[in-house]
Amino acid sequence: MRRRRWQRAAVQAACVAITLFMGVPLYLIALAALSSRASLNRFPLPLLPTEPSTETMSTFLRSTGVTGGFLNSLTVGLGTVVLALLVGVPAGYAVARYAFRGRDTYQLFLLLTRALPIVVLSVPLARIFLDAGLYDTTYAVMLLHTALALPTTVLITAAIFVGVSHEQEEAAMIFGASPVQAFLRVVAPQALPGIAAAAMFAFMLSWNEVLGATVLTLNQRTLPAQVLTTLADSPLAYRFAGGLALVLPALVFIAVMRRYLLNMWGTTLR
Amino acid sequence: MSSVVVYNLVKTYAGGDRRATDGVSLEVADGEFLVLVGPSGCGKTTLLRMVAGLETPDSGTVSIGGRDVTYLPPRQRGLSMVFQSYAIFPHMKVRQNIGFGLTMRKVPRDEFDRRVKRAAELLHLEEYLDRYPAQLSGGQRQRVAVARAIVVDAAVLLMDEPLSNLDALLRLQFRAELKRIVGQLGTTTLYVTHDQAEAMSLGDRVAVMRDGRVAQLGAPLAVYDRPADRFVGGFLGSPPMNFLTARVGGGALAVGDASLQAPDHLSTWEGRDVVVGVRAENIQVATEPAAGWVPARIEVVEPTGAALLLTVRLADEQLKVQAPATFPAAPDARVHLRAEPAALRFYDPESGLALDA
Repeated sequence: MRRRRWQRAAVQAACVAITLFMGVPLYLIALAALSSRASLNRFPLPLLPTEPSTETMSTFLRSTGVTGGFLNSLTVGLGTVVLALLVGVPAGYAVARYAFRGRDTYQLFLLLTRALPIVVLSVPLARIFLDAGLYDTTYAVMLLHTALALPTTVLITAAIFVGVSHEQEEAAMIFGASPVQAFLRVVAPQALPGIAAAAMFAFMLSWNEVLGATVLTLNQRTLPAQVLTTLADSPLAYRFAGGLALVLPALVFIAVMRRYLLNMWGTTLR
Repeated sequence: MSSVVVYNLVKTYAGGDRRATDGVSLEVADGEFLVLVGPSGCGKTTLLRMVAGLETPDSGTVSIGGRDVTYLPPRQRGLSMVFQSYAIFPHMKVRQNIGFGLTMRKVPRDEFDRRVKRAAELLHLEEYLDRYPAQLSGGQRQRVAVARAIVVDAAVLLMDEPLSNLDALLRLQFRAELKRIVGQLGTTTLYVTHDQAEAMSLGDRVAVMRDGRVAQLGAPLAVYDRPADRFVGGFLGSPPMNFLTARVGGGALAVGDASLQAPDHLSTWEGRDVVVGVRAENIQVATEPAAGWVPARIEVVEPTGAALLLTVRLADEQLKVQAPATFPAAPDARVHLRAEPAALRFYDPESGLALDA
């Protein structure tokens, strides 16, 4: 009895520690970004928002290329999600359901695309996109990010489709459904959490990816690429503001998708 | 009208080196309950899936109600099915699960409600219609699967080991209920099981399968009483049929030192060995010797409640004998056995086939 209580306390403590580990940096960035410039240089640093101010944030948002970068990032991120799902979900279904020649090789090959560093890939890619007239467009970055996101999309959705028993699809077909109807009515609703997770990964990957986006664009920079290129010669406050601007949309996206994710892990939080 | 005729079905799975079904032909008459029974890997489920349209045969035909459906998709065959894993849809409430077939057929709302209600009543599911399957017990899920299958009023009902995931007590209860429901509906039914007791109790006829072929097809009691080969006798019945080797000589059968009277039709086997098959309940047992009774030694005594199951040694052979529950039996005791000549079956030791009377 006593041992169990200790175990529970330890689990609680671990949860708190992990939450702090993730939460404290977020809090500090938000604090710095939303405080006045002057308070940043004070010592010791105040840990409570004593002097809230939108000055830093508004300066950052008004600086060149930030709004454009933000919109580009959003376009690329959502485009990546759509493309990755469009290609990845059917691929995941095929991997999960059909025994086809070279299936194992295919799965390995999928992971290999992540084995090459983007630095190595991006120069030939830039060349190809230049030739194709796609260089310095959001499409180019979108395509690159789709390629990067596809392995996870395929593997996650495949794992989810394996979880929906094939007999359920067969039952649907016995009771009058065509194969497409069986997929839409029986498999897709159950696979939704997994598809949401895959979408989330794709979006995060695209949102965070810097190198490829930097190499493939000049003017159509995504936000991270924009921030990265201007970071070195910007004041500290700008960096904090940039950090917050990068983190926030990702947090919002996770919050929206969380419902489906929890659903996948068996918690019913409807 | 809705007989199922299977003709010469052959199916080899990709990567498999032997045929899952090897030229199976059989006919399920309209309204008949036919059970396919056999050990795992005998091809019974493959056969059912080909009838359902979930597998395509390499050759042969399937017709339902006189219509060749061999290459039609499942939804155009006019049948319904109960799956071994139930295969009910976890994201739909029981009502939507039962009514799935009606939804796909675009049945109007009021008729949908009426038919789902009737099926739910038949299977005692009225209270659960607004629950999700995760909130049901295994037995209730199985009822949902059966309700979903009968609500569509299909001409042919297929069942793939529907009771195998239930615990023993529930299985026994539901078996009787299933028989009642299917009997009321009068649907042509093809039922797959590996449980010989289920096969015996449910089927109008039983097809015992082995290695992709039908070993014997007939009424349960006929198959039980006169197995066409050693395999069927050993598979049907609990305990399985006893087999012992006997030498035919001078109108008698010699088992070790003991001797039994040989029937006339074994005269062609004079001087050769035959296999004698006899059911445990057809062996009489006594403690005192008498003329024509054969002595044996008890090895194991297993009370089953209604009877005693004795394992006895007769010469070099081991036999299962069913004795009355009151029989005074103890291990190592001597007993005397006898069987009616009419209860003895004879098999060719080489081919295992029954020797005709």
